[in-house]
Amino acid sequence: MATRSQAALAGESKTLPIMALLAGWLIPGAGHLLVKKPIRAALLFVSITSMFFIGIGLQGKIYQPNTGDLLDMLNFAGDLGAGVLYVLARLLDWGHASVQIAIADYGTRFIVVAGLLNIMSAVDAHSLANGRKPL
Amino acid sequence: MNLSHFSAVLLFSLFTSVVFGITQRSEPKAMIRFGGYCFALFVGGVIVASWLMYFIKH
Repeated sequence: MATRSQAALAGESKTLPIMALLAGWLIPGAGHLLVKKPIRAALLFVSITSMFFIGIGLQGKIYQPNTGDLLDMLNFAGDLGAGVLYVLARLLDWGHASVQIAIADYGTRFIVVAGLLNIMSAVDAHSLANGRKPL
Repeated sequence: MNLSHFSAVLLFSLFTSVVFGITQRSEPKAMIRFGGYCFALFVGGVIVASWLMYFIKH
């Protein structure tokens, strides 16, 4: 049974689920903010951006498209999940092109996992917006 | 920035558990419980694996 807030959200816009998905992908937690879950949005934003920046701080690698290596492509897909953070990292030349020190491998994983977690949170925002998950 | 291996594990577990808790459960109490469960499994799994490797070596 749909709750009153779900019904209100459904009435607001039929494009809300898509907007929540896209906003959540571009900016961590923004999808939850759109479905009026500010505490969850803040927790997701802090967790995902912290993970991403810790990865950068540990000199993790930022993957690029079209390297021809299957594992690189998968890692690139993970990195891309971070949305605007990935674009910023590419534009501002954060991270390293290759892993230089042992701890940098951890940094690389932090960055990839931050992207994957962001995809999870964007899909969760989509589920909240379309009523598949109770608000 | 320099982190020890264990502090890296703690940070990774903390942030991942927060996201898992929020995305995999609906109720706030269940979110906290599931997040704590994931955190304990992450950190506990690492400690168990570390001791296993220690005993394999010695």
